[in-house]
Amino acid sequence: MLRKKRTYDPILPASGDWPIVQLSRNKKQFIKEVIAASVENIKSLTGGGKQLMDELESTRYREKTRIRRDPWKVDPKDDLKYWDGIKSQLVDISNSENNQEKEAEVVLKSIVSRYAYEILSNFKRSHYKMARAIATFGFARLLNASRIPGIRSLWSKELTLQDKIHITGDVQGIRNLAQKGTVIMVPTHFSNLDSILVGWVIHILGLPAFIYGAGLNLFNMKLFAYFMNSLGAYKVDRRKKNRVYLETLRTYSRLAIVKGCHSIFFPGGTRSRSGKLESKLKLGLLNSTVEAQRSAYMTSDDPTTAQKVFIVPVVLNYHFVLEAPALIDQYLKQKGQERYYVDNDQYSTSYKVFKFLLKFFFKGSDISVSIGRGMDVLGNYVDQDGNSIGKDGEIIQTWEYFMHQGKIQVNKQRENEYTNMLSNVIVEEYHRVNQVFASHLVAFVAFEMIKNKYQDNDLYNILRLSEEDATLAYVDFKQKTGALLDVILNMHQEGRIDIAEHLQNELDSVIKIGLNNVGMYHAQRPLVKTKEGNISTQNLNLLYYYHNRLMGYDFEKYI
Amino acid sequence: MTSRNTSKEMVGVIGSGSFGTVIANLLAQQTKVILYTRSQNIYDELVSKQSIRSMAMHENVQPTLNFETIASNCEIIFPVVPSANFRNMIRDLAPNLHPYHILIHATKGFDTSIDYNHSESKLDRSDVHTMSEVIQQESVVVKTGCLAGPNLAKELAINQPAATVIASRFEEVIHHGQRLLRSDRFQVYGSSDITGIELCGILKNIIAIAAGILHGLGFGENAKALLISRGLVEMIYLGSKLGGNIKAFIGLAGVGDLVATCSSTLSRNFTVGQLLAEGQSLSEIMNDLDETAEGVRTIKVAYQLTKSLGIRSPITEILYKILYQDLKVNEALNLLMKFPMQEDIDFL
Repeated sequence: MLRKKRTYDPILPASGDWPIVQLSRNKKQFIKEVIAASVENIKSLTGGGKQLMDELESTRYREKTRIRRDPWKVDPKDDLKYWDGIKSQLVDISNSENNQEKEAEVVLKSIVSRYAYEILSNFKRSHYKMARAIATFGFARLLNASRIPGIRSLWSKELTLQDKIHITGDVQGIRNLAQKGTVIMVPTHFSNLDSILVGWVIHILGLPAFIYGAGLNLFNMKLFAYFMNSLGAYKVDRRKKNRVYLETLRTYSRLAIVKGCHSIFFPGGTRSRSGKLESKLKLGLLNSTVEAQRSAYMTSDDPTTAQKVFIVPVVLNYHFVLEAPALIDQYLKQKGQERYYVDNDQYSTSYKVFKFLLKFFFKGSDISVSIGRGMDVLGNYVDQDGNSIGKDGEIIQTWEYFMHQGKIQVNKQRENEYTNMLSNVIVEEYHRVNQVFASHLVAFVAFEMIKNKYQDNDLYNILRLSEEDATLAYVDFKQKTGALLDVILNMHQEGRIDIAEHLQNELDSVIKIGLNNVGMYHAQRPLVKTKEGNISTQNLNLLYYYHNRLMGYDFEKYI
Repeated sequence: MTSRNTSKEMVGVIGSGSFGTVIANLLAQQTKVILYTRSQNIYDELVSKQSIRSMAMHENVQPTLNFETIASNCEIIFPVVPSANFRNMIRDLAPNLHPYHILIHATKGFDTSIDYNHSESKLDRSDVHTMSEVIQQESVVVKTGCLAGPNLAKELAINQPAATVIASRFEEVIHHGQRLLRSDRFQVYGSSDITGIELCGILKNIIAIAAGILHGLGFGENAKALLISRGLVEMIYLGSKLGGNIKAFIGLAGVGDLVATCSSTLSRNFTVGQLLAEGQSLSEIMNDLDETAEGVRTIKVAYQLTKSLGIRSPITEILYKILYQDLKVNEALNLLMKFPMQEDIDFL
């Protein structure tokens, strides 16, 4: 079936106007500001003096441990030498009588600069265009090659990515907001494919490039590093958990937002191991959006003209997540309290990622990208002009949240609480725009039925059931699926959840689509129809993973 | 921070019942207070005699009949109105509120949209709201707080020593509450568990009615101690299911307030229990009472919640039957004493 394609004109046709381009033009100035602001923050956080020295010493110690225990290819060659140098500087300072504070600050500045330059995105406009063209062209060609037989298919225009990837939701909203202020896109995170997918969506919607934090480990791969640098990624090193690093990172992202750089955060932190929709978000980066908004209000003479920050939740949906077996494995091990497990990411080389993409586009599998409604940093929905709207439709002045006795003020605890509130609203919005696929539906029903059948067993016992024990009679399965489908369709009517188009088919057809698509390329299928026409599974862990997608709606009671 | 006395800061109080007026007087020791009342009589009395129901009011307390006045002059407002009227009051106030407003309420009851007169209706947590939740649902205000503790209005009015808890997720709200209320005779503690502290204040009224019954039946301290300790356990069972932290219940707003309301004939809820024991019917009692006894309403809501959440709550259940199903008080006591025993404390 060919869907109607929509194309969107770029909202800023000349890429020279893009905030990210301007930022990279003034890179030196920007980095200077990041360094200065981070140094100030860390000084005030630690309280300076002796505590600052302790902080630096602990940073050095942690870095040394990291270098010894967990070195990466991408690490700078002089890492060890640098931190040894810091060590002797710190020793000198504590031995000297005067000026300790000043000298400690010099060391702090040196470390912060090193971090800031490492984080810095190497965005280049020409590279961006090329990388994007390669990605889009490449994907589209592969897709056509797989769908239309014969060599000529490589040049066919019949099928494009848009036939496979459905973008739904408030598309016009995000385009409007990107012209009114800084957009922070906060997508769910299920797969390594997500960042590429989101990058492509941004391009299709005619939005200027976004910046985003990508794991430094991904820069280990040359091909990936090239793409990501070009696509505006800055580097996030999850090994570095010291305060100096985290504060530099937060300052970097905060200042970029203030400068109007649209950004992407994956607020769940890492890919969802369980397959559940995110319910707990990492608050650190979200907090920097609240801070950025407040500082934009504070530094502007008139808050009505200050740069406004908009949060746009986005839900990505797949029938099939390639990494599912590894992800759910990690999740179960973690939940099972097995303390030691190796994070052996199977898809950590360029080759493997390439193979995945090939498989994915060669065989095809539907993906949906649901764009949620834009909101301000307090979680109030905004209208198309970017005004925050209250429950009764009244306009809310967002800066008033940061005011006390007529002045906009800094209050970290208050902003932490605002971040919590924002996080809750984002999670709600995820659940509201989440698009139910038939594959999620059948997986959910089947696993819940198995669970009910073995009520006295805990999860781990259920996951060890044999294929025969986990077999369900088709009649029962169909009846329960129909019941839950009705509930979901009702909720959809009320605007509380979204559904894929195919969910409006006849029940038998919905089930068929679900069974055919759920985790379709895994060696062991999460759901199969037996010779007798009943429903069974080849891998309960995977069934559990795909089932989890519909958790959080209280659907259990309908099974 | 604004200094005491000298500032031009004005603080609002909404509600001119006995607790609202006491709060207004406490605040007036530090700052100017605007007291909202919907009663023209009270307004006139305050303007002409600087008193309310013949109780002298501090000269810093000025009345208004107008929400706009209070909201535009006061960044910090203390709503003290019965739970049954709270939502409507906030709705009327809401158009005047801004995100910078701070609302610290002192209302000790549930809000529920469900027809709670219908005894079969089952309530979920989502059908029942605390006052801070109502404020957030009905207005743009996010900085909410609540005030709870052993604060019998009549004792506070004659300046006896006491303490209270201000709970809020925002440290600044606690800070302002302390700044405005603390005095030589009044201590103010802080808590970040606003839901827990709100639930303490709400649920203790159930036990207060039971204490009144025991008192009315002429029982002594053993019986009261039994009631208070088992009552606390019941509060904790339900309270923690509704989102409160156990810690709140063993603090000033929990056990502290419980002991005060179960011991004092000054408490309205206690009085309701006492009159029940003396053989009056609920409707007779309610007709005679000049102010709301929140416990009467709370028992109904709590009973339905414990049913739907599957919580053992013998005291609440028996009280519900006395109040709404004409169970005789003496029979009720027999039933209660026969209730199958469980472990004394199983929640810590």
